[in-house]
Amino acid sequence: MKILVCISKAPDTTTKITFKDNDTHFNKDGVQFIINPYDEWYALVRGLELKEAAGSGSVTVINVGTAENDPVIRKALAIGADDAVRIDSEDKDPFNVAKQIADYAKDKGYDMILTGKETIDYNGSQIGGMIAEFLNLPYISQASKLDVNGNIATVIRDIQGGKEVLEVEGAFVLGAAKGMAEARIPNMRGIMAARTKPLNVVPSTAGEDLTEIKSYSLPPAKAACKYVSADNPGELLDLLKNEAKVL
Amino acid sequence: MKVDEIFTFGDKFYKMKTDLYQHHDYYGVDELLTEEHKLIRDSVRAWVKKDLSPIIEDYAQKSEFPKQIIPGLAEIGAFGPYIPEEYGGQGLDQISYGIIMQELERCDSGVRSCASVQSSLVMYPIWKYGSEQQKKKFLPKLASGEFIGCFGLTEPDHGSNPGGMLTNFKDMGDHYLLNGAKLWITNSPIADVAVVWAKNEEGRVHGLLVEKGMEGFTAPEIHDKWSLRASITGELVFDNVKVPKENLLPGRSGLGAPLSCLDSARYGIAWGVIGAALDCYDSALRYSKERIQFDVPIASFQLTQKKLAEMITEITKAQLLTWRLGVLRNEGKATSAQISMAKRNNVDMALKIAREARQIHGGMGITGEYPIMRHMMNLESVITYEGTHDVHLLITGLDITGLSAFRNDGK
Repeated sequence: MKILVCISKAPDTTTKITFKDNDTHFNKDGVQFIINPYDEWYALVRGLELKEAAGSGSVTVINVGTAENDPVIRKALAIGADDAVRIDSEDKDPFNVAKQIADYAKDKGYDMILTGKETIDYNGSQIGGMIAEFLNLPYISQASKLDVNGNIATVIRDIQGGKEVLEVEGAFVLGAAKGMAEARIPNMRGIMAARTKPLNVVPSTAGEDLTEIKSYSLPPAKAACKYVSADNPGELLDLLKNEAKVL
Repeated sequence: MKVDEIFTFGDKFYKMKTDLYQHHDYYGVDELLTEEHKLIRDSVRAWVKKDLSPIIEDYAQKSEFPKQIIPGLAEIGAFGPYIPEEYGGQGLDQISYGIIMQELERCDSGVRSCASVQSSLVMYPIWKYGSEQQKKKFLPKLASGEFIGCFGLTEPDHGSNPGGMLTNFKDMGDHYLLNGAKLWITNSPIADVAVVWAKNEEGRVHGLLVEKGMEGFTAPEIHDKWSLRASITGELVFDNVKVPKENLLPGRSGLGAPLSCLDSARYGIAWGVIGAALDCYDSALRYSKERIQFDVPIASFQLTQKKLAEMITEITKAQLLTWRLGVLRNEGKATSAQISMAKRNNVDMALKIAREARQIHGGMGITGEYPIMRHMMNLESVITYEGTHDVHLLITGLDITGLSAFRNDGK
C-alpha cells in the first residue's frame, strides 16, 4: 500500500495572532508552528495504521514550503512516516500548492492521497479537491472513517444529521476529519529514527499565484457576559431584540 | 485543573483532570535548543498531558505510585536517554536528559525522581563502572522499564556523610556476604535490582548489584510521607545476603564512584525543578487573572504582580544557568561544584515560587484542585535529597576558598 499524506504547518493553537506591514502580513515572530492537526492526527495516523494493518507499503509525507518547515516535517517522520518530500516553494496560494503536489504525485502510483479536511490557519479546505481534479481522481471530503479491503475503500462522512457511507474503487484523494484516528505522540525510538529518514527537497514547479491576501483583521473582541435575573424574562427579550438584534 | 471524568484501575476509582499548562520562555531560551531538543520536549510534554497529569493528583492524594506509567516513561525516553543505543538507551545528549526531567517534574517531582534514579543512579553506574556482562544483562531491561532499579547509599545514620557508612561485605571465596541497611531509597520496594554501596573488609567503598529475591534481602516501604507521595520510597535491608562475585561493579571503587552518579542525578534535578516552578507560576498567573476581588482581577494588584514578576525572573535566570550547565556537561567540563550550585539554586528557587504561588491561590492553593501544594511538599524532599541545601553551599564554599567546612572536629 503506497500512501501519500499532505501536511501543512499551522501556528500553534495558543498563538497570539498579530499582523505587520500595515496588516498585510501575518507576523510570524515568536510563533510556534505545528503540523496542522487534521493532517497529523487523522490523515497521517490513519495512513500509518493502514500500512501497519497491510503489513507492507509506505507512507510518504509531502509539504510545500521553505526550509523553515523542516522541523514539522521531521516530526511527521518521528511519528512514523517512512520518508518525506518538501517542494521548495512558498506556500501562499492554494492552487499552486495543490498543483505542485499533483505534479509530484502524478507518476508515482499512490494508492491514496490523504490530507486533513482543512488547515486550522486559513481554513481553505481547497488542496484535496484540487489535487483530485489535477490527477483526475475521486475526492472525498470530511471523512471520519476509512477502511480498505483490497482495491475497495469504504469511507464514512459525517453529514448534517447523520452519516454517509461511500465506497471508492482504486486510487482516491481524501480529506480527513475528526474521528478517523487517535493522535500519536512520537516516542523516543521514532525521534531517533527520524534523524536518518530521507527528507527529499525537490524544486518548485509553481506557476503564478492566482490569489493574494490583501489585508488581515482580527475578529471583534468578545463582549462581556450580561446576566439577567431569572425573574425578569421581559428584560432578556428586550436585550435580545433591541441590543443583540437577534430576534 | 478540573475533574473531567472518573476511571477505574483494578478495583479503585481515580479522578481524571485536564492539564491547562502553557510553557513560559521569557528570554527565548528555546532558540538555544536544537530542533531535536524541541521535538523531544514537545513529545514528552504531550505524553505527560495525556497520560500523567490527568491522574497524578489522585495518585499523590492516595499516596500510590502509578505503576502503569512505567512503559510510557520508557517509550518517551525517560530511562537512561544518554545511555548508548547498543545498551538500549537513546544515546542522547545531556540537554535532552535535562529537558525530559523538566517535563516530568513539571507534572510531579515524584515521577521525575523515579526516572532520575533509574537513569542516573542505576543505569549510569552500570554503564560507567559495570562489566560488559553486567551492562548487557541489566541496561536494556532498565531502559525498557522491564526492570526498575534503585540506589543504596544513604543509611539511617549516614546521610550527608556517606563515608561513614556501616553497610559492608566480606569475601567468602565464591561469593560476597552483604550486611547492613539503607534508608530513603526511591523505588526500592518495586526494584528488580539495587545498586548498593558498601565497604569491603579494608573499608573501601564498592558497588554491588543486589537482585530482587536474593535470600536475606528485603525492601520495606516507608509509609506516611507528606512529600513525593506519587513515588515509592523504602529501605534496603541486607541480612547475610550472598551476592555473586560477578555482581560487583569492577570499574571503580571509593566514594568517588557513587558521588559521580549523584553529579548526574543532581544535574537532572537542576533541570527538573524548573518544571515544578513553571507549573506553579503558570497556575498562579492564570488564577490571578481569573480571580476577582474588589471587582478586579487580583493580577492587577501590585503585590500580586511583584510575586509573579519575581517568579518569572527567577525562572528565567534558572533556565539560563541550567542551559549553560548542560553545554558544559555535554563538553565533559561541568564540575561537581558547578552542578551543586545549580541544584541548590534551582530547588530553592522552585520551593520559594511554590510558596508564593500558594499565596496567590489563596485558600484554593491548599487543595488538590491545583498542583501547588503538591509541588511545594515534593520540593521539601528535593531540597534535602541528593545533597542538602546546606551541604551544597559548603561545596561551593570549599570550591572557592579551598577550605572544607564540612566538619568541625578538625579531621
